[in-house]
Amino acid sequence: MRIVVDYDLCESNAICMDLAPDVFEVRDDDFLYVLNETPSDDRREVMEDAVRRCPKQAIALKD
Amino acid sequence: MRKSITIVGASLAGLRGAEALRRDGFDGPISLIGDEPHAPYDRPPLSKKILAGDWEADRAALTPAERFADLNLDLRLGSRATKLNVDSQTLWVDGEPEAYQGLLIATGARCRTLPGTEGMNGVHTLRTLNDCLAIRTALEAGPRRLVVVGAGFIGAEVAATAVGRGVPTTLIESLAAPLERVVGNMVGEVVAEVHRSNGVDLRCGVGVTAVHGREQIEAVELTDGTIIETDLLVVGIGVLPNTEWLEGSGLTIENGVVCDETCLAAPGVTAAGDVARWLNPRYGELMRVEHWDNAVEQGPYAARRLLVDQPANPFTPVPWFWSDQFDRKIQLAGRPSPDDEVQIVNGSIEEHRFAAFYGSHGKLRAVFGMNRPRQVMQGKNLLAQGASWQEALAVAAAWE
Repeated sequence: MRIVVDYDLCESNAICMDLAPDVFEVRDDDFLYVLNETPSDDRREVMEDAVRRCPKQAIALKD
Repeated sequence: MRKSITIVGASLAGLRGAEALRRDGFDGPISLIGDEPHAPYDRPPLSKKILAGDWEADRAALTPAERFADLNLDLRLGSRATKLNVDSQTLWVDGEPEAYQGLLIATGARCRTLPGTEGMNGVHTLRTLNDCLAIRTALEAGPRRLVVVGAGFIGAEVAATAVGRGVPTTLIESLAAPLERVVGNMVGEVVAEVHRSNGVDLRCGVGVTAVHGREQIEAVELTDGTIIETDLLVVGIGVLPNTEWLEGSGLTIENGVVCDETCLAAPGVTAAGDVARWLNPRYGELMRVEHWDNAVEQGPYAARRLLVDQPANPFTPVPWFWSDQFDRKIQLAGRPSPDDEVQIVNGSIEEHRFAAFYGSHGKLRAVFGMNRPRQVMQGKNLLAQGASWQEALAVAAAWE
């Protein structure tokens, strides 16, 4: 599973950081940084939640 | 165990509810019934990207067409639920009765209108894709001036988008500052300054007494006697839950469909999204939340609730929303109240980049951020933990 963020869509609402702070981090420059682009498969459920909850629909999962 | 699920309302809460059931492996029939002609779409872009002309309408689709087929839904667009009887478990769709086993009500809300403007050309509200496209067409035609009534989130976003398109825009707010009822005066004044510095003719503390014109709007008259000539008016003065069709259904209807702490309105009937007024144990009161994020969470919760006798946990979210106005991102988590103490805990008002805590009775109640998403999310976690005011301030003190 690979995390793909469309940075043209992302507006750093930071919901993903709230759900998985070890994978997503919005820093003080207001940009999102993906800390771990390939989280293990046991994290799939929370990653799918991050995809759904993103207000800009900017996150995708690729297998 | 229920073998089929009927969902009334094919927008965010309803669709996300259907998707959750399929994700969980539910393979019975799911009907998704919506009165709009369009496949389910996302509403936030209607006051921003699509209205600005940056996106075409199809970009707002909530689920790509190819994934929609996999959901195997009985999708009935352009169909309106007209009546319900919970005793006989009967739903009427476009006047025709049908039995249901489990029913999720997600019929949303509609815009309040200004009395006396019905059918007048140039007067709009913004809720649906068709509303958005009508306003966009009017903006593209080069109006003399846009007047927006109501500086809530929709009104403020429409004003910001219109100014961005070069349309002279007046924004009218009856309170002393935009969003004042939600965020208080100090923060509302900052929002006012953002709008004024970007060219919005913002007028606060005035209401509309009359809309002049016959077939076509010509002017609005304000409580201070000012008359503003205009050919385009957008009214953003709040919404009403769509519950009229539930009269006589057996459900309790009071500013929404009243539900228990598990979103249950009656045996086999749940509600979610803008129409649902449920008992949130976190606050100990009935709440109706009109936020995007609430629909995304409550839709799945209320759909799953139909398949269990007793859910493991009640539905206890901390409300959260965002709004984009010009280059500012506004976010609020929690529930501020007018009596709260307000303290800037990060950044500065002058930079239009700050986070503020709201608190009362020794507890953190809400967190507001303007271009401070990281801090709002950390504040949201503090709210979820029920942090005291002192604990919250201690966390914020470590942010710099």
